[in-house]
Amino acid sequence: MSALQIKKGSTKHSAYNLRPNFSDVEERHTLAVIVDNEAGVLARVIGLFSGRGYNIESLTVAEIDHTGHLSRITIVTTGTPQVIEQIKAQLGRIVPVHEVHDLTVEGAAVERELALFKVEGTGDKRVEALRLADIFRANVVDSTLTSFVFEITGAPEKIDAFAELMRPLGLLEVARTGVAALSRGGAA
Amino acid sequence: MVVQALKDQGVDVVFGYPGGAVLPIYDEIFQQNEIQHILVRHEQGAVHAAEGYARATGKPGVVLVTSGPGATNAVTGLTDALMDSIPIVVLTGQVPTFMIGNDAFQEADTVGITRPCTKHNWLVKDTEKLSATLHEAFHVATAGRPGPVLVDIPKDVQFASGTYQAPQKGGSRRYQPQVKGDLEAITELVAALETAKRPIFYTGGGVINSGPGASQLLRELVEATGFPITSTLMGLGAYPASGKHWLGMLGMHGLYEANMAMHGCDLMINIGARFDDRITGRVDAFSPNSKKVHIDIDPSSINKVIRVDIPIVGDVAHVLEDMLKIWKARGRKTNKEGLAKWWNQINEWRKVDCLKFEQKGKVIKPQYALKRLEELTKGHERYICTEVGQHQMWAAQYLNFEDPNRWMTSGGLGTMGYGFPASIGVQMAHPDALVINVAGEASWLMNMQEMGTAMQFNLPVKQFILNNERLGMVRQWQELLHGERYSHSWSESLPDFVKLAEAFGCKGILCNDADDLDDAIMEMINYDGPVIFDCLVEKHENCFPMIPSGKAHNEMLLGDASTKDVIGAKGAVMV
Repeated sequence: MSALQIKKGSTKHSAYNLRPNFSDVEERHTLAVIVDNEAGVLARVIGLFSGRGYNIESLTVAEIDHTGHLSRITIVTTGTPQVIEQIKAQLGRIVPVHEVHDLTVEGAAVERELALFKVEGTGDKRVEALRLADIFRANVVDSTLTSFVFEITGAPEKIDAFAELMRPLGLLEVARTGVAALSRGGAA
Repeated sequence: MVVQALKDQGVDVVFGYPGGAVLPIYDEIFQQNEIQHILVRHEQGAVHAAEGYARATGKPGVVLVTSGPGATNAVTGLTDALMDSIPIVVLTGQVPTFMIGNDAFQEADTVGITRPCTKHNWLVKDTEKLSATLHEAFHVATAGRPGPVLVDIPKDVQFASGTYQAPQKGGSRRYQPQVKGDLEAITELVAALETAKRPIFYTGGGVINSGPGASQLLRELVEATGFPITSTLMGLGAYPASGKHWLGMLGMHGLYEANMAMHGCDLMINIGARFDDRITGRVDAFSPNSKKVHIDIDPSSINKVIRVDIPIVGDVAHVLEDMLKIWKARGRKTNKEGLAKWWNQINEWRKVDCLKFEQKGKVIKPQYALKRLEELTKGHERYICTEVGQHQMWAAQYLNFEDPNRWMTSGGLGTMGYGFPASIGVQMAHPDALVINVAGEASWLMNMQEMGTAMQFNLPVKQFILNNERLGMVRQWQELLHGERYSHSWSESLPDFVKLAEAFGCKGILCNDADDLDDAIMEMINYDGPVIFDCLVEKHENCFPMIPSGKAHNEMLLGDASTKDVIGAKGAVMV
């Protein structure tokens, strides 16, 4: 079992540490929530965040197990340690929620996001955009004589950096998927 | 199929109100005799009645209402049950599946509206899944921390036939909250208990919800350790008020000795309570020098408001049982010397006699009315409901509860209009008991239509209205906080309650003289049928003791003299 899997009704010995952390510093955590893929489950999760005043920085959701009707919701949130603990406990209380993982404290994790960038330009700017895309290992997935659509995958910071570079080169539109994340290593 | 599922779940009473979208279920109800249906006069009343029934029996209360307005009227009751962890199952009709989303007549997004005010809810679109969903609903409502659930059933699903599944033992596979506490943490608690100099048990509704066994274990534990015990509003009756270790209720209008003991203790053992803001007062000054233990079945209650040292997730009865076992096995040790000193201190606090009042002349003091009510009813098999406000706090202070499940009050949500329908639910569960709703006139008027229900079903509920012609608690706050500007806090054009009683066909009693009070109360008790008792009381009485908003437990107000300008601007923004 991973280091911080919250089972329903877990205690301090289920690795889910109920003991308080006294820090008031806001932290950024990536949570993976395994839920039954049923009507309204996303509304329950989002309603919890809005109703209790928690933050959502990024949210992705998709079915991961068709036969088992399971979906994985990945949420990036910020808050003091106490708030983060509350978020996890509150998520664990929702009936169709099976597991809550805090990937930020469970050990190393990989975080990836996919983004599409539409960049318009001609001449030097167009050449420069293509050159930078190459450096960032972005793929061209659509092209006209005056525009590109780049596809880029990476950690959110990498995508932020790419966006900054594209802005002066004629960035028109961005679509981002939000973060998907998995813990590193062999254990689930 | 719905009725069959209810029968298999052991339901004997349903509180409801028919309408277009539930007619097929009502048709089924018509054709059977095992489940009694109580026709309320407003859907909110149905939910509160079911809450009253649930709290007086420990079984889930069941409600059946129609779509649209039927469902939206149930929302207050659902929220009330969620805040107070009361198991109820609400069945709502819905427009047929093929009309959902079309703004059909009496359509509302019931699962959407009730999602944040239920523990869980379901929209059943397939008759094949109906019976299993209903059984799961009962399981979710009662397992773990209890709460309200709602099942929304479209009319075509009600009409269609499907295969019925009988309930499975142990409930649903996917919802199984932990009930056993962690033994290592319990051992840590026992070790703390053995050495504590100034311990206190702080108990809540979780003890009641855990069942009569939990109250028994609690009593055994308190007697064996000799520790003082206080309780929240929700937990009254788990430990008997006549018990010698009882300090009385704590919190905003709790007893001086209880709050001072909470403030001064060195070991606080929270059993099934949730550090509500009515209890803690100023959080950063809450019991500053104590080690805190929290036993709760809901992990999200732990460290939510107050950071605790020993968290124990589990059902109260299970944890107390393990705790007693371990404590006994380790030799039943307590710090006798420390305890004796602690009790001396507590007895000093008790001498303040914070509930004293003076009944002078003919005008009835509300405290006096409740004291007499207590005296004249204590021998009866008695159940007390309340509305919300000053009368509720006075009832908690001046009435004594010896057993669990005898006290029904809206704690978390503070719903005016709760008590009367709740008393109907209680009387349904205990037809021969003396069921009294202690009310204020303003709260009572919020659901007075239920007098029709009480009359129709011969439910002899006693409505004991402390009538001060004011919204007393609002008035008190305006006096203390808003420069005595009594904005809209008096009730004008009140009905003549005796005539109102006559209009409904029940008995009305008016009492405005302290000398007549005992006779009038006896008349109420002895009348075989519902009574509206209009007790005219002192109009400007304030409810004390009081921890003002933004203050700590050791900064209580004890009486009128100390109340001028006590709440600062910071406290004034709190509720």
